[in-house]
Amino acid sequence: MKIVTTAVSFTLLLFSLSASAKVNVFACEPEWKALVETLGGEHVKAFAATSAFQDPHYVEARPSLIAKTRQADLLVCTGAELEVGWLPLLLRQSGNASIQESELGFFLAAEQVERIEIPTVLDRSQGDVHASGNPHVHWGPYRLLAIAKALSERLIRIDSDNTDDYQANFRAFEGMWKKQIKSWETQAAQLKGKKVIVYHKNWSYMMNWLGIEAIGDLEPKPGIPPTSAHLASLLKKVRSTGADYILVANYQNDKGALWLSQKTNVPVINLPFTVGGSEKATDLVSLYNEVLTRLTTGVQQ
Amino acid sequence: MKSHTALASVTLAVLSISAFPAAAGKISGNEFNPAISLILDGRYTDIDNSELELPGFQLGGEAGLPDNGFSTGHNELSISANIDDKFYGSMTSAIVYEEGETEIELEEAYIETLKLGSGFTIKGGRFLSSVGYLNSIHDHAHDFADRPLVYDALFGGHLVDTGVQVRWVAPTDLYLNFGAEVTSGSEFPGGENEGGNKGLAFFIKTGGDINISSSWQLGASYYQSEFDVREAGGHHHGGEEAGADNELLNGDVDVAGLDLVYKWAPNGNSKRINFKLQAEYFVKNEKGSAEFSEDAGMAEANYDGEQAGYYIQGVYQFMPAWRVGLRYDQLSADNTITDFVDGGIDEDEFLEESGLGVEGDDPTKSSLMVDYIPSHFSRIRMQYSKLDGGHSDTNDMIILQYTMSLGSHGAHTF
Repeated sequence: MKIVTTAVSFTLLLFSLSASAKVNVFACEPEWKALVETLGGEHVKAFAATSAFQDPHYVEARPSLIAKTRQADLLVCTGAELEVGWLPLLLRQSGNASIQESELGFFLAAEQVERIEIPTVLDRSQGDVHASGNPHVHWGPYRLLAIAKALSERLIRIDSDNTDDYQANFRAFEGMWKKQIKSWETQAAQLKGKKVIVYHKNWSYMMNWLGIEAIGDLEPKPGIPPTSAHLASLLKKVRSTGADYILVANYQNDKGALWLSQKTNVPVINLPFTVGGSEKATDLVSLYNEVLTRLTTGVQQ
Repeated sequence: MKSHTALASVTLAVLSISAFPAAAGKISGNEFNPAISLILDGRYTDIDNSELELPGFQLGGEAGLPDNGFSTGHNELSISANIDDKFYGSMTSAIVYEEGETEIELEEAYIETLKLGSGFTIKGGRFLSSVGYLNSIHDHAHDFADRPLVYDALFGGHLVDTGVQVRWVAPTDLYLNFGAEVTSGSEFPGGENEGGNKGLAFFIKTGGDINISSSWQLGASYYQSEFDVREAGGHHHGGEEAGADNELLNGDVDVAGLDLVYKWAPNGNSKRINFKLQAEYFVKNEKGSAEFSEDAGMAEANYDGEQAGYYIQGVYQFMPAWRVGLRYDQLSADNTITDFVDGGIDEDEFLEESGLGVEGDDPTKSSLMVDYIPSHFSRIRMQYSKLDGGHSDTNDMIILQYTMSLGSHGAHTF
């Protein structure tokens, strides 16, 4: 009899554990980990596969990532071929049915919004181009809001028991984010029309949003490191058209940028590309704050 | 009047449908094209001796050394896609031109489950076995222009066979992957067997991150097969020497191995600099009755051998796009021959011709390579190797090689 009671209570315990279990989220990049934590609150447990110091295009399907993918209930990644080198491998190696492409547990942020810079010609002589357009969508604040909405809806479908909490979290985020957008737009009004050189097309969505003009890339083609011939042509361009800043993300090699800066006196601004990229950028709001502050004050690294 | 307009618009609609059927219905369906990639591989080799001789080892499969001068390597065509929501499929074939003939080799053609869940995956078809580390990685993705000696000596290049693989990933933060394979067992180092199902392999892989900058993987594997007859040649692409027959009858073979990979990149950002250390060790036990015949003469004996080998290599990317690598290989063989029967070929000749005679020192090989990888899709490499076959003669080799990939984006395997 005692054994039966023990067995029953153990079973009940197991059930209660599974009922209160958190949604295990595998985020490919830190920005999506931050977003899903904001929207999921106490109901999610998130892991980021890459850090702010890594180029998410150049990651390998290493053992620890396979182990994490195996345990995930929801995969939140950028898509648009950003993770094309490693995400398909992780999916196939994981043996996890619930995060395969046809499942609810598979969520691609860039697929939720319209992308810019979709190439009209697909040819590798143009570099490592993304056929689906620029994947760095978290730098478009309105797009981010649309992604948040879709992600919140996805959380509700996966874990409907906590629908009310997810809805409340989204409403809180939406209100806060809209207010922030207004304040950022006021703060960044002075950036309109500024001319910048970027390392890679990381910042296109932000620059479109704030009216900043890109006059050149340090990479001769996407994914190809700066060459001396290309730097020389940029130097000529900067000398003729002028430039206000050179933007380098924290994980990129700043050698070429510093060389160009030295020749032209155009300041290099080193920016955290995602959450965790600088001490202050601890979540999406502080990330945006940090980047806009560095841009508006022209803080050099 | 109104009905006229309606009629006209219907007619127009019908006309427009029939005029542009493809555009309206998108029935051509070529948006479902699978991922296609083509690997182009070409080389120039300067080598003292193209014949691979490793005393103590019966060579099979694709074991061999490149020919002198210009040659194309394995030009590989690979097609893969999700078949539906439950299956993934992939085929890789190599188009090889050699000695005036073009051959198409089926390297892999398999399907794999996507939705079994609970960490299980089943693969079926012809595939590179998951034993060892390098075995399941195609040659063009290796860090050196040629395979480690132990792969050529024990597996005839790669262990590739037709069968079924089941693997399971444990739900733990420490990566644990257990797998088993049942295969035909007829590919080298196995051989023809009546059931066509005598190949058996097990592997376990584990790994993780030490910190943000470094990660590791450790594997252990085992393979065995029983066979009625195994042809050994020692000549690449499986051909036997003219007029000679080198066979192992009623044999069995097993191979056990350990592999280790360690990777380092500052902050895990491998783009600028990174380092990779990799080592594998295999030991093979095989026995059977060895038969060698040439022209009118023949000889046979009972053979029981233990052969082992390892390699250790380090590859360092010291600046974007440039890497340098060092590799050291060593083999050893311990063969016992009993009940020798002379049928016109004496024991010394038998030992030499069958590849079973162990003489001289352990074969070693040292390699140095430099490669330039301007993008994800292209690589140019130079390699120097010194092979010491064990009888005081050394074989120097210089290879200049390009490996390029067209089409779909390659996979970043660990």
